[in-house]
Amino acid sequence: MATHAAHDAGHAAHDHGHDDHHELGFWKQYVFSTDHKVIGIQYAVTGLLFLLLGFGLMLAMRWQLAHPGAPIPYFGKILASLPVIGQHFPNGAMSADGYNEFGAMHGTIMVFFGIVPVAFAALGNFAVPLQIGAPDMTFPRINMASYWTFFISCVIMLGSFFVPGGAAKSGWTSYPPLAGIADLGPGNHPFFNGQTLWLTGMVFNITASLLGSVNFIATIIQLRAPGMTWMKMPFFVWTQFITAILLLLAFPPLEAAGIFQFMDRVFGSSFFMPTGLVVNQQLTQWSGGGSPLLWQHLFWFLAHPEVYVLILPGIGVIAEVVANNTRKPIYGYKVMVGAIFALAFLSFIVWAHHMYMTGMGAKVAAFFQTTTIMISVPSVILITALMLSLWGGSIRFTVPMLFATAFMPMFGIGGLTGIPLAFNAVDLYLHDTYYIIGHFHYIVAPGTIFAIFAGVYYWYPKATGRQMNEFLGRVHFWASLITINGIFFPMFLQGMAGVHRRWYDGGGASLDQLTYKLAGPVLHWNQFMSTSAFLLGLAQIPFIINFFWSIRNGQKVGRNPWDATTLEWDAPSPPPHGNFDKHIEVFHGPYEYSVPGAAKDFTPQSEPVETSAATRPVSPAPAH
Amino acid sequence: MQIPHEVTARPDTGLYNSKLGIWLFLASEVMLFGGLFSGYIFLRMGAEPGYWPHGLLNVPVGTMNTAVLIVSSVTVVMAWAALKMRQFLQYKMYMLITIICGIIFLGVKLSYEYPQKFDHFGAFIRKDSLSKYEAYLGNEFLKSKNLDPRVEISGHLLDAPKGSPYEAVAKKNAEHFKHMLHEEGIGGGHGDGHGAQVQVQTEATDDYVIQLDPANARPTDPANEAPSFLPKKQTMMTAVVKAADVENASMFVPRHSPYFAIYFTITGLHGLHVLGGVLVFIYFWGPGSKLYQRNPEHLANRVEVAGLFWHFVDLVWIFVFPLFYLL
Repeated sequence: MATHAAHDAGHAAHDHGHDDHHELGFWKQYVFSTDHKVIGIQYAVTGLLFLLLGFGLMLAMRWQLAHPGAPIPYFGKILASLPVIGQHFPNGAMSADGYNEFGAMHGTIMVFFGIVPVAFAALGNFAVPLQIGAPDMTFPRINMASYWTFFISCVIMLGSFFVPGGAAKSGWTSYPPLAGIADLGPGNHPFFNGQTLWLTGMVFNITASLLGSVNFIATIIQLRAPGMTWMKMPFFVWTQFITAILLLLAFPPLEAAGIFQFMDRVFGSSFFMPTGLVVNQQLTQWSGGGSPLLWQHLFWFLAHPEVYVLILPGIGVIAEVVANNTRKPIYGYKVMVGAIFALAFLSFIVWAHHMYMTGMGAKVAAFFQTTTIMISVPSVILITALMLSLWGGSIRFTVPMLFATAFMPMFGIGGLTGIPLAFNAVDLYLHDTYYIIGHFHYIVAPGTIFAIFAGVYYWYPKATGRQMNEFLGRVHFWASLITINGIFFPMFLQGMAGVHRRWYDGGGASLDQLTYKLAGPVLHWNQFMSTSAFLLGLAQIPFIINFFWSIRNGQKVGRNPWDATTLEWDAPSPPPHGNFDKHIEVFHGPYEYSVPGAAKDFTPQSEPVETSAATRPVSPAPAH
Repeated sequence: MQIPHEVTARPDTGLYNSKLGIWLFLASEVMLFGGLFSGYIFLRMGAEPGYWPHGLLNVPVGTMNTAVLIVSSVTVVMAWAALKMRQFLQYKMYMLITIICGIIFLGVKLSYEYPQKFDHFGAFIRKDSLSKYEAYLGNEFLKSKNLDPRVEISGHLLDAPKGSPYEAVAKKNAEHFKHMLHEEGIGGGHGDGHGAQVQVQTEATDDYVIQLDPANARPTDPANEAPSFLPKKQTMMTAVVKAADVENASMFVPRHSPYFAIYFTITGLHGLHVLGGVLVFIYFWGPGSKLYQRNPEHLANRVEVAGLFWHFVDLVWIFVFPLFYLL
């Protein structure tokens, strides 16, 4: 940001695109690039690979749940032959440690290394500067630092699978005192062990998201093109703005907690270690006096806003896709913007609803269940507005639109099943059952991940200049929609019968105990769910083929293949470094579709409305 | 390609980019230190009576460091103002003072305050053995005054049980102690005039010998409960503590207690922030100051942004100082 600073760039109208005709080398152009689009694609590829890895971990676990103790076909041999990981897979069957390891890393990878990087960092990096008419992010070099810090965290997390003892096994929530003592026994390195590396990786991951979120907020505030006032911003930009604020403010307390736990493990302090902690019938070496509950407070102070970090970019993508494919403005734009502000604020005061079981007291629980119920109001506003946007539209069922339409009921199921959980009394029964797993997976899997797919299909032509294959896209969509419900819907049935999320044998052994007898009639669903999961994996193959095949062989497209109105479609496909090859000015709101009296059914933000404001009818004019 | 508003403010927001960026960064820093301080509150409120130590830090030194940081916060503004008035030499001078203040702060922390803690030793006595050490703890007296009990015997370790990780430290301290006795010409058995016994090492293999802190040497002295500005002198009195009576013993390091855990974590992270600030200032003072020739306003902006960060670091210390040194 410093090199050519003498040249005053303070004018609102600036021209660019003609002072960087020199070619950058391969490394600067594709690897250590400061271009927001390249960084976005780097985040997308890394994040999608992690989604696949996280999914693979889950497939191994689902095999174990359906066929406890049986060797995993084909992949079991590969797992057993890997260094360190193989120890947890004797003869290719999953051990309890292996289940814990894969479970903890599935959660961590999906949330922090898959969905947030793709939904926020990748789609946001790619689309936000384009949508507001900016040449790049405000701090391009910090943007690059963000990706490479993230990359280091990825290396640490992946590396932790191969240190003695294997990766973290204490759940993605890393609750102490378990997480404080795990991986510290004989045979483990004092620093290079799963849980300590998990903490180190998380600190890097948090730093990366901090750098990214500062950049997003500063870009949206500072680099909006002339005429792009706040209420003319596409809804996707709004969701990214709010998401960035959540990340900026919610992640640091987890960083603090991560540092505390790191101190506990490496320097033997007692932030989270209670007095008189006994492990294996021996008093531990910690001085005690700490509080395990403190971790839970700090963790969930992040991890609840994190839920909205996961879903808000998804809702933003869906709003873009819905407006574009219904050929009409989204319903209640202003209310939706208000709703995400309310959502962001409330998301900071609901965290302890994850902690009803800790015995923190009925009064505290009453407060948090009230705020939790309150937060359902803006969520329902958002989903209702999206649904109403469909009303009266002439819907084009393109692939992104298929994913967007499926998103709504899926997110609806996920959201509505969350309402009972908000109540302390109900949650005490459902806590840690498959009902919870079903609930939040409906939000993030057929919710956010479908939105991610919608976004990828929607912006792919902008990123590559080519369209993805429609037929493969439809196969991908229908197969994914059916199988993903096959995985998650039975979880509600199992959960209500009391199947616990941590039974690594699928519940079979626990049935001997009287308490668990209720779960018996629903355990047969395990086979069905695991088969669905496997089929869901197969359903991703058309997408993977499509993704790579279309880079070279997709149908070539121009600037605006979707006939969309927002600014990114004014740039060439793919956009050059610096984005726009013409002066960008914004004249009206983001979703001016089917404007009565206009020549075509979409009016880009950069084009003045052809009919003058005075003669433009307010409501659809009768034909005459 | 040129990013707009790098140096001059965007008219409708009134900010140039990096100024907005640093405010956002500081917002997240507030949340980070907020998380750390909430840990302090949580641990302190949850501490059992007697387990949250008081008066272990050196208040005059801390006060001096506070003053040093405040001075540096003023001079960094002066440096910025000098740039705004295009007085380059004055900028260099004020920036140099700022850097020196930062280095003094870090130097005091690393060469004096931390090592002094690492030298110190404390043994928490098991609850069922507290009465055996009444002479050093004074719990009857404290109870009569409605004060929290005293459960720790602290000071300099002169002898440690065989096989304990503190043997080496004890040996070093014992040597040092003998040397000191010789120099000051104090005969064993006289101590500091309170008739205390000086015992350097015991025959037994499972005893801690601790040269006592004043609070343990004179447990019923009301001065222990009063806040004191100057640190109290180390006494010449020793106590022998049986290893079997000790619940948990360690040097004053993070594993000693939640108090030292949070003390070292917060001051350590704060120290890293000071270090980062100093490095940035050194760059702006040295090679980075060449920017003045090309665009003095840009350099002024950079100093302003780094100065905002520096004020924040200063502000964190303003919370650290009372929480750890005074309360």
